[in-house]
Amino acid sequence: MTRTEIVVVGGGPAGLAASLAASRSGAKVLLIERQAQLGGQLVKQTHRFFGSSAQSAGVRGITIARDLAGQAASMPEITVWTQTEALGYYAGGTLLAERPERVEIVQGARMVLCVGASERPLAFPNNDLPGVYGAGAVQTLMNVYGVLPGRRVVMVGAGNIGLIVSYQLLQAGVEVAAILEAAPQVGGYLVHAAKIARAGVPIMTSHSVVAAFGETELVGIRAARLGPDWRPVPGTGFDVDCDVLCLAVGLSPLVELARLVGCEVCYIPELGGYVPVHDDELETTVPGVYVAGDAAGVEEASSALIEGHLAGLAAAHGLYPQVDYEAHRGAALAELEALRAGPTGAKIRVGLSKMAQVKGGGRQ
Amino acid sequence: MTRLDRLVASGVPDDEAVAAVLPSAERLAKGPVAVIECFQEIPCDPCAAACPRGAILPFGDIKDLPSIDHELCNGCANCVVKCPGLAIFVIDVSSGGDRVIIKMPYEYLPLPRRDQEVWGLDRSGKRVAKVKVLRVQRPAAFDRTALLTIEVPASEVHNVRGIAPPAGGDDR
Repeated sequence: MTRTEIVVVGGGPAGLAASLAASRSGAKVLLIERQAQLGGQLVKQTHRFFGSSAQSAGVRGITIARDLAGQAASMPEITVWTQTEALGYYAGGTLLAERPERVEIVQGARMVLCVGASERPLAFPNNDLPGVYGAGAVQTLMNVYGVLPGRRVVMVGAGNIGLIVSYQLLQAGVEVAAILEAAPQVGGYLVHAAKIARAGVPIMTSHSVVAAFGETELVGIRAARLGPDWRPVPGTGFDVDCDVLCLAVGLSPLVELARLVGCEVCYIPELGGYVPVHDDELETTVPGVYVAGDAAGVEEASSALIEGHLAGLAAAHGLYPQVDYEAHRGAALAELEALRAGPTGAKIRVGLSKMAQVKGGGRQ
Repeated sequence: MTRLDRLVASGVPDDEAVAAVLPSAERLAKGPVAVIECFQEIPCDPCAAACPRGAILPFGDIKDLPSIDHELCNGCANCVVKCPGLAIFVIDVSSGGDRVIIKMPYEYLPLPRRDQEVWGLDRSGKRVAKVKVLRVQRPAAFDRTALLTIEVPASEVHNVRGIAPPAGGDDR
């Protein structure tokens, strides 16, 4: 059995920030990561981040991942287990972790779940053909393994992920035939969209894929314009040759582990679907169990970093009370509020106000 | 029609929106100046910190649109390689001739070579004119974003915002 004070599950931006914040408060941390390297989705993000220049705006995601992993490695209070999966959970804070050589029993006083999100599928005929990918898989192939997913791509989704992955495909020398977006407007940042438009990629809003073609692998797709009812308008279908169809149609928080732990889960579409009920210190309905990053509601990596920091501070505070806790917490909350301000944060603000209602209702 | 309809529907900014961020004709005639094509309130402020002259005003609120004093700007292009949205360009029409200068960020390989002729692309990726690459800067401090200085026909200075992949470019 391995005993620690705080178990952090997931070594992406939220988990790294949580581990660093908790360890700097003096707590002993065990950070568990499924992949061989730390960083989560950051290791695929070759673009410069938005946000405040006081934080890490203008810095590429890959650089942020390397910096955070380096900081974690330099903290004696943090033990990192990579290639380790959280397998199970038993009452009393006992976690089962599968390492490459053996299964370990882990006992921690607090737990921070930073397990991220999964990509949503899209239903259309032949969506199981080889060549139909999620955007995360395309990014992993290109940016982690250096493998091109194909030669000619149709992207579905003009949110930030669809736009960024399209840009990365262009940078890798892959042709992007079109970006199809079901909504009447681009969902991601317009500067990303402008960057891709000026490379000659048509961004077709109010359009989606209706079918994929191919016997053994993808050879093309049919697209159509969508009406105000979001259904294909008859007579507007057209075919596009492609060997990759990349789906970037949204993410849903991964809640399996939270459910296993006994955390109450609620359904909030603006946060990505089912999400563990939590307060603004990121504590779930199970005392001592925290959630941060996309697992707490799908958002940007920049907010995941601050949420992780908050959750790490809060988890450690119970064990090692900090005199300046309120000041640190207030500063982090103010940063989050600034990131979520403005039109691009409208959806997340609605989601969080629903969460506050659920949480308030649960306490009555 | 609002002035962002085309931008939100296709990623291509509306002419009206572009016109609204252009420096005055008098300022343009004086020399190089930054044009910030940032039209959406997003939480982002590195351009202000990148400006050594305080021409890009400090952000009151991080989601504000950038605000630039074109009179203070000298077109140094520090902001061009710092903008995460690659949305800032420097234009210099002060030669008064029919060939003028644009500086732009570029994040593709191969890089064009100095003196190479390539196609200049407009905001929708359409080839609008042959342009000449005068300079390619990519020091470590730019963190892999290259700064291209290109010479374009004066008539296209407000249209050219990209280049087509250069044939036989510099694949470093």
